[in-house]
Amino acid sequence: MAALRPRIATVWLDGCSGCHMSLLDGDERLMELAEKIDLVYGPLVDTPDFPEEVEITLVEGGVSTDDDIRKLRLLRKRSNILVSFGDCAVTANVPGMRNEFRLGEVLQRAYLENVSWRPSIPVAGVPVLKPHVRPLHEYVEVDAFLPGCPPPAMAIWYMLSELIEGRLPELGNRTRFGA
Amino acid sequence: MMLEEFNQIGISERERQQAYRYHLRVCGAAGCLSCGSGELKEALEKEVDRQSMTGQVEVKSVGCLGLCTAGPLVQVEPGGVLYQQLHVSDATAVVASLASGPAAGLCCPTDQHFFSRQTKIVLENCGRIDPERIEEYIACQGYTALYRALRELTPREIIDEITASGLRGRGGAGYPTGLKWTTVSKAISENKFVICNGDEGDPGAFMDRSVLESDPHRVLEGMIIAGYATGAHTGFIYVRAEYPLAVKRLRKALSQAERLGILGKNIFNSGFGFDIQVRLGAGAFVCGEETALIASIEGRTGRPRSRPPYPAESGLKGYPTLINNVETLANIAPIIRHGGDWFSSIGTEKSKGTKVFALAGRVRNTGLIEVPMGTSLRDIVFEIGGGIPGNGTFKAVQTGGPSGGCVPAQYLDMPVDYESLAGVGSIMGSGGMIVMDQSSCMVDVARFFMEFCRTESCGKCLPCRVGTAQIHNILSRIASGFGRSADLAAVEELCDLVKNTSLCGLGQTAPNPVLSTLRYFREEYLSHIEGKRCLAGSCLVSSAREVL
Amino acid sequence: MTSGTVLPRKRRVRPVGSHRILTFKINNRDVSSREDESILAVARQNNIYIPTLCHLDGLSEHGACRLCIVEIKNAPKLVPACITFPQEGMEVSTCSERVIDYRKKLLEMLFTERNHVCAVCVSNGHCELQDLAIQLNITHVRYEYLYPRLALDGSHPRFIMDHNRCVLCLRCVRVCDEIEGAHTWDVMNRGLDTRVITDLNIPWGSSETCTSCGKCVQVCPTGALSEKGKSVAEMVKRRQFLPYLQKMRRWEEE
Repeated sequence: MAALRPRIATVWLDGCSGCHMSLLDGDERLMELAEKIDLVYGPLVDTPDFPEEVEITLVEGGVSTDDDIRKLRLLRKRSNILVSFGDCAVTANVPGMRNEFRLGEVLQRAYLENVSWRPSIPVAGVPVLKPHVRPLHEYVEVDAFLPGCPPPAMAIWYMLSELIEGRLPELGNRTRFGA
Repeated sequence: MMLEEFNQIGISERERQQAYRYHLRVCGAAGCLSCGSGELKEALEKEVDRQSMTGQVEVKSVGCLGLCTAGPLVQVEPGGVLYQQLHVSDATAVVASLASGPAAGLCCPTDQHFFSRQTKIVLENCGRIDPERIEEYIACQGYTALYRALRELTPREIIDEITASGLRGRGGAGYPTGLKWTTVSKAISENKFVICNGDEGDPGAFMDRSVLESDPHRVLEGMIIAGYATGAHTGFIYVRAEYPLAVKRLRKALSQAERLGILGKNIFNSGFGFDIQVRLGAGAFVCGEETALIASIEGRTGRPRSRPPYPAESGLKGYPTLINNVETLANIAPIIRHGGDWFSSIGTEKSKGTKVFALAGRVRNTGLIEVPMGTSLRDIVFEIGGGIPGNGTFKAVQTGGPSGGCVPAQYLDMPVDYESLAGVGSIMGSGGMIVMDQSSCMVDVARFFMEFCRTESCGKCLPCRVGTAQIHNILSRIASGFGRSADLAAVEELCDLVKNTSLCGLGQTAPNPVLSTLRYFREEYLSHIEGKRCLAGSCLVSSAREVL
Repeated sequence: MTSGTVLPRKRRVRPVGSHRILTFKINNRDVSSREDESILAVARQNNIYIPTLCHLDGLSEHGACRLCIVEIKNAPKLVPACITFPQEGMEVSTCSERVIDYRKKLLEMLFTERNHVCAVCVSNGHCELQDLAIQLNITHVRYEYLYPRLALDGSHPRFIMDHNRCVLCLRCVRVCDEIEGAHTWDVMNRGLDTRVITDLNIPWGSSETCTSCGKCVQVCPTGALSEKGKSVAEMVKRRQFLPYLQKMRRWEEE
C-alpha cells in the first residue's frame, strides 16, 4: 500500500549536510521509518526535480542565493508541511557568519587571498550570492522549527513520527540552538 | 537687602527708562540673532548717534518677540510698531521713522491674530526686558513674588497656592506641580535639592530655550520659591550645551542675583538661603528623563534607573529632589503674585493656565506663542499660525515630539489640553508643535521619529535598545517600497512590546508617533506597501516589484 | 506644645537588621517576605520560576534585561521582579499569558541584536542565553537579525572578549566594581552601539586597572567573556566564589 504512505522530501540549501547525517544517525529506526514513508526527493534520492504534492519537506541550510529562494518558493508551494531543519535553516547559523561582512570582502578572502593557485572569483555557472544568508522563515511560511547543529537524531525521529501521525510536535524541549 | 532698597532698584530703573523718549527693542534671542539682529543692533546704535538722537533713543536687546519667521524683529516704543525682516541697511529708515512715523514697507502688522490671540504669563517679559539686566526684571515686578513668599508666606501656604492654581508639569507628562512639591516638602532629610530641567530635546521645540534666553530671572525666582517651599537650599539648572546663549544669560543672571543678595545666604533677611548652579548636558536626549538627568548631574553616565523610588523620595545623591521643567518654574512667580485662583481661572477644567508652544513646520507664522489651555488646534494653526503657506492643505500637527503623536484634521476643533491630546493618541509634551501639509509623508514622519529614538536610546534596557531599531528597520523598508504585507502587524506588535516593557519614559513613549500615524494615516502605509506609492510624493519609493 | 502644628514623629528605632514582614500572593499562593526582599527573591524562595539574565545573586540589581517582568493585579504597567519590592496584599502573576508572550519576544529580540552563533561558541551547552531559549520554548526568532559587525579583543593573556556574544547584562561591570573593586569594565556609547569596555576603551591586555582575577569571565552568562584555550562548548563558568565571597564579607561587616 505504498500510495498511502506520506511522501517526504529533504532539501539541502546552504548548510553542511550535517543535519542529513543526523537523520541517518537514527540507525535501526531508519528501517522502521522506511516502512512508514515514501522518500521522494533529496540528496539521498536520485531525482532531478522537486515533485508535486509532498506531505512533509525537511529543509536544511540557510537561504544564501537567488537559486535558493527560487527552490524554497517552489517547494513551499508543493509541500503540505515545511520544516526548518537545523540551525542554518532556523537562524542562518554558520553560513550566516559571513553576514557581518560585505559580500565583496567575503569573496575576496575566500577566493583571492586564501587561494594560491589561479585565484579568481567564480562567476560562470554558480548562483549569485545574496548579501546576507537568512533563515527560511524570512522568505516563506514555515510550519515547524527543529533547531540544533545538528538536531539530535532522537529529536528528528520524534518530530517525524509526530508529523506522520498528523500532529504538529512541540520541539522546544527536545533540542536547542547549537545542540 | 531691605524692601526699600529693593524697591529703589525698580524705581531707578523705571526712571532711567523714562529718560528716553523712544525705545528700540531689538530681538536678541537665538532665532533673530541667527539672521543678523546682532549686527542690526550695532547699526541702529550707530545710526542713533549719527542722527544725534543719543539720550533720546534707547536701543536694547530684548528676548524673543515671538514671530521668529519674520526676524530680525525690532519693536518701537511708544507706539508698539513692529519692524520685520530688517537688514542692517534699514537702520537709517528705522531711526528716522521715530520722528516721522512708521516706515512703511518694513512694518509687520501687529493687529493680526498672531499677536491678539495670545495670553502671556510665562512670556510676559519676553521681548520687553533686556534679559541681561536684573534691574529691568525687577522694574517689571520681578522678585516681588519671592519677597512675598519669603517674608509673608509659609512653605505650606505657598504649596497650597500652587496646588490651588492647578498648575501641572509643563515638561510633558502633566503631573500636578502642587502634589510634587508637597511630596518633596514632606520628605524628612537633612538635605534636599531643586532641579530645573532645561534639557529640551524634542526636535522642533524651543520654548525652554526662549524662556531662558529672554527672561532667565523668572526661572531663578521660581526655583528659589520652590526651594523655600520644599525645604531645599541648593538648586541645579540642567541646560543643554547646545544652548550657549541661554547658558550665558543664565550665568549672568545668577551672578547678578548673587550680587544683589537675591541668591545666597539670608535672602531678603528672611533667614532662608539658596544657591543655584548650572550644569550642562552633553547632547543626550535621554537626559531629559529625570533619573538620567540626576545621574548626569552626579557625574555619571546619563542612563535612567527604575522608579520607584521617585526622585521626590530619593533623587540627587540619594536626597529628596524636586525636578520641574523650565516653563513650570516660570509660572511660579505670577501665581504667587496674583494668586492660585487667578491662575486657575485661565484654561480648562483639568488643565489650568497657559501653555507656550513652539510653532514650526508648514505654517505661515512660525515662532513662539503662548495661549490659554483649551485653545483649539484650529485657532493655533489657522488664526495664530496664519494657516498653511502656498496653496497647501493641512494634514496633521505633531505634538509632543518623539513621545507624541500626529493629530489629524478631524480633531482641529479639539481643545488643546493634557487629556484631549492623550485621548487622540498624542501628548501635550513640552510644547513643540510641527504643522504638516499634504507634502509630508506620514510614514516618513514616523520613520524619522523612530530613528531619533533609536539613536537616542541609552542602550540600557533591551526593548528600547533593540526594539526601536527593529521598528525603524521595518519602517525604512516600507518607506523605500520594500514593505511586505505582514509588516504593519509586525510593527504594531513591536510597538506594543516596546511600550509595555521599556524601563523609562523614552522607550515607553517611543512608539507613539508610529501608533498615531498608523491610526489616522493607515492608507499611506498601505499605499507604500501595496501600491509602492508615496501619497505625499516625498519618499523615494522603489519601483522594485517584490523584495527577494 | 501648641496645638495645630504637627511635628514629624520621631521614627521608631528598630533593632539593627530588622524589617517589616508582609504577606502577598504570587500566582495565587500566599507568601511572606521581608520588606527589603525583591519579588524575585521571594519567588525563588518559594520555588516559583522567573527567568532572569542580568540578575545575579551577589551583585547589585541592574533591571535592564526585562526578562523577569511580572504582572501585578490592578497595576497598569508590568514590572521587573528583580527591582520591585512587594507590598502588603499585592497579587503578583509570574506566568500570565501576557507576561510569557512578552518574555519570549524580548528574548527573541536579544538573539537578533548580536551574532549569537551557538554552534561555534565556546559556551555552547553552558550558556544562560541558550538555556533561557529552552526554558521559554523558543525554537526560532521572529524578528530580523541585525548582523552587526563586532570586534573581538584577544589582547589579554588569559581571557578573550567577544562582543558578538555580549548581551549587555553588565554583570562584568558590576562584579569588577562591586566585588573586585577594580572597576576596569564600564560601558560606552548608547543604543545599539553600546559596548562594554576596559578602562577608557583600550585593549584589555593593556589595561592598568585589570587585576586579571577573571571574575568577569566567570559571571558572564554567555560566551562573550571566556578563558583562552577553550574550544567550542568547553567554557564552563565557575560562579561558586560569588555567594562565598558575599557571605565572608557580610561576616566581616558584622
